[in-house]
Amino acid sequence: MAFESFSAFMVMEGHGPYVWACYAVFFLLMIGLMVWSLRRRNAAIEACRRGYEFQAGRQDQQAASASAASFTRVKVSQD
Amino acid sequence: MWQFFHKLGSPKWFFGIAARLMPWLLAGGILLLMAGIVWGLAYAPKDYLQGNSYRIIFIHVPTAFLAQSVYVMMAVAAVVTLVWRMKLADVFVKSVAPVGLVLTFLSLFTGAVWGKPTWGTWWVWDARLTSMLILLFLYGGVIALDRAINDEKSAARAVSVLVLVGVVNIPIIQYSVEWWNTLHQPSTFKLTEKPSMPAEMWVPLLLSVLGLYLLFGWLACLRMQTEILLREQRTRWVKDYVLAGRG
Repeated sequence: MAFESFSAFMVMEGHGPYVWACYAVFFLLMIGLMVWSLRRRNAAIEACRRGYEFQAGRQDQQAASASAASFTRVKVSQD
Repeated sequence: MWQFFHKLGSPKWFFGIAARLMPWLLAGGILLLMAGIVWGLAYAPKDYLQGNSYRIIFIHVPTAFLAQSVYVMMAVAAVVTLVWRMKLADVFVKSVAPVGLVLTFLSLFTGAVWGKPTWGTWWVWDARLTSMLILLFLYGGVIALDRAINDEKSAARAVSVLVLVGVVNIPIIQYSVEWWNTLHQPSTFKLTEKPSMPAEMWVPLLLSVLGLYLLFGWLACLRMQTEILLREQRTRWVKDYVLAGRG
């Protein structure tokens, strides 16, 4: 160890505030960047999944409305 | 060789490789960076001239080094985009520009805070600091230009040209401490000479530089994956990947 005690380590002979401010900002921004990037990827995956589900839902709806139309036509022809 | 080049250009192939590399990059990066920082903060001897404030070097040099190195990588990717129209190169430029911006800001910030106890001032308009500030604006310009153009291909071309024009700044940053009189001390590491510090100081510094490099690799892979997912969401393999991931 380059320091005799923990408090000497924190104070760093008066340079403590400068050194610790730098390390605090460094960790804050780096961790922030990493968390933000992770969240962005997960959000992209989620957005893709919703897009596919929406598409699948629309296809089902189209299929359903197509059969309903043919049913109506049958009904009209009976009248 | 050509086959490898073609594979490298395939977003699907890259996506798989990135997924396999990322755990190693993250673990290795955190391990090396923490080792370098703990060693530098607590165990390295204090500087005979600057006292303990020099301990900021263990994050100042890695961030400044990476900030420039990321820009050079972006310039190489910009050439590839312009000449071969490789999609992945453009994805790379777009994905890492914000990382470069943060790294440049960190090197300027740590430099300013180190300057106060060492030079007696937070900021001077000298060559090294000013050229580094220009690098920060270049990163900002790349991000802004990319966001301003909606068409993907025109954006890629415009951004590549801007990145290539800005690369002239890199040698200026590099040699500014030798060409002009400056408060900034000369480089710690040179390719041709031994470091001007004892091993107890430069070994932890080297560790933190390598660690930050690996962390940058992880961030680049992660952010490129995001960009690829968004661009390729109409393809079969992205659909399979997304739907398989959520069971």
